[in-house]
Amino acid sequence: MAFTSFSDFLAMGGYSFYVWLAYGVSLLSVITLISHSVLTRKKIFKQVAQRLQREKRIKAANNREHNL
Amino acid sequence: MLKWLHPYAKAEHSYALAGKLMPWFLILTIPSFLVGIVWGLAFAPADYQQGDSFRIIYIHVPAAMMAMAAYSTMAIAAFVGLVWQVRLAEMAVAATAPIGAVYTFIALFTGAAWGKPMWGAWWVWDARLTSELILLFVYMGIIALYNAFSDKVLAGRAASILTLVGVINLPIIHFSVVWWNTLHQGATITKFEQPSIATEMLIPLLMMIFSFATFLGFMILYRFRNELLQREQHRAWVVKLVQAKQRG
Repeated sequence: MAFTSFSDFLAMGGYSFYVWLAYGVSLLSVITLISHSVLTRKKIFKQVAQRLQREKRIKAANNREHNL
Repeated sequence: MLKWLHPYAKAEHSYALAGKLMPWFLILTIPSFLVGIVWGLAFAPADYQQGDSFRIIYIHVPAAMMAMAAYSTMAIAAFVGLVWQVRLAEMAVAATAPIGAVYTFIALFTGAAWGKPMWGAWWVWDARLTSELILLFVYMGIIALYNAFSDKVLAGRAASILTLVGVINLPIIHFSVVWWNTLHQGATITKFEQPSIATEMLIPLLMMIFSFATFLGFMILYRFRNELLQREQHRAWVVKLVQAKQRG
C-alpha cells in the first residue's frame, strides 16, 4: 500500500485534483460510449418492432376491406 | 481457411459469432481492469520525481496505445472491405471509429491533466500532442462521413477510404517523440530494451493495457452487431430476432 490512510489516498500526494479529474472524465467518457451503444441497440429493436406492428395493422385493414 | 470463413461472411452468422465471443472479452476485461486500477492507484509506489501524479499513466498510456491499435484494426478492415468488397468489414470500420475516438479523447484529456502539474501547461503545440489531436479529428471525420450518407454501402466505402488516408498519421504519432524535440517523454515500454519503469509500476500498467484492449474488442463486437441489425433490419433473421425478443 502506497498510502497510510483513506484520506491520504484521496489526497494523492497533493495531486488529487489532476488525478481524480483524469480518472473521472475517463470514466464518464467510457460510460457515455457504453450507454450510446446500448441505446442504439434498443432503438433498432424498437424500430423493427414498430414496423412489424404497422405492417400487421395494414394487413388487417386490407383483409377487412376485402371482406366487406 | 476461406471455406471455413465463408459462412461468417453471411450477416446472420457473423451476428451469432460476435455474440458468442462477446462474453469472453468481458470476462477478460473486468478482472484485469479491477486489479490493474486498484494496484495502480493504491499499491504501486509513488514516482520519485512525479509523486502521485504519475498514476494518471494507468489510463493515459493504455488509452493512447489502444487508440492507435483501434485505428490499425480499422485500417485493416477498411483495406479488406475495399479490396475484396466485404460489406461486413466496412461495418467493422463504422463500429470501431467511435470507440477509437473515445480512447483518443481520454488519452488527450488525461495527458492534459498530467501535463498541467508536470509541465505547467494543459496543452502545448508539441509534435506528439498535435499528432494525437489530429488522430481525434480523423476519427471524428470518419464518423461524420459515415453518418453523412443515408446509403450505408456508399457510406461504408467513403469511411473506409478516409480511414486508409488517415493511416499516414500513425507512424507520425509513434515516432513524433523521436523525430522532433518534444516535451512529451519517450516510450516507457519498448520491445527490444528493458522497460524504463519499476516492475511494481509496470505490472498494473500491463494489466490496464490488457483490459483496455479486451474492452476495445468487446465494444467493437457490440457495435458491429448494432451495425448489422441496423443494415439488415428488413431481413427475415432480424425480424425473427425481434419477434423472439417481444415474446420474452
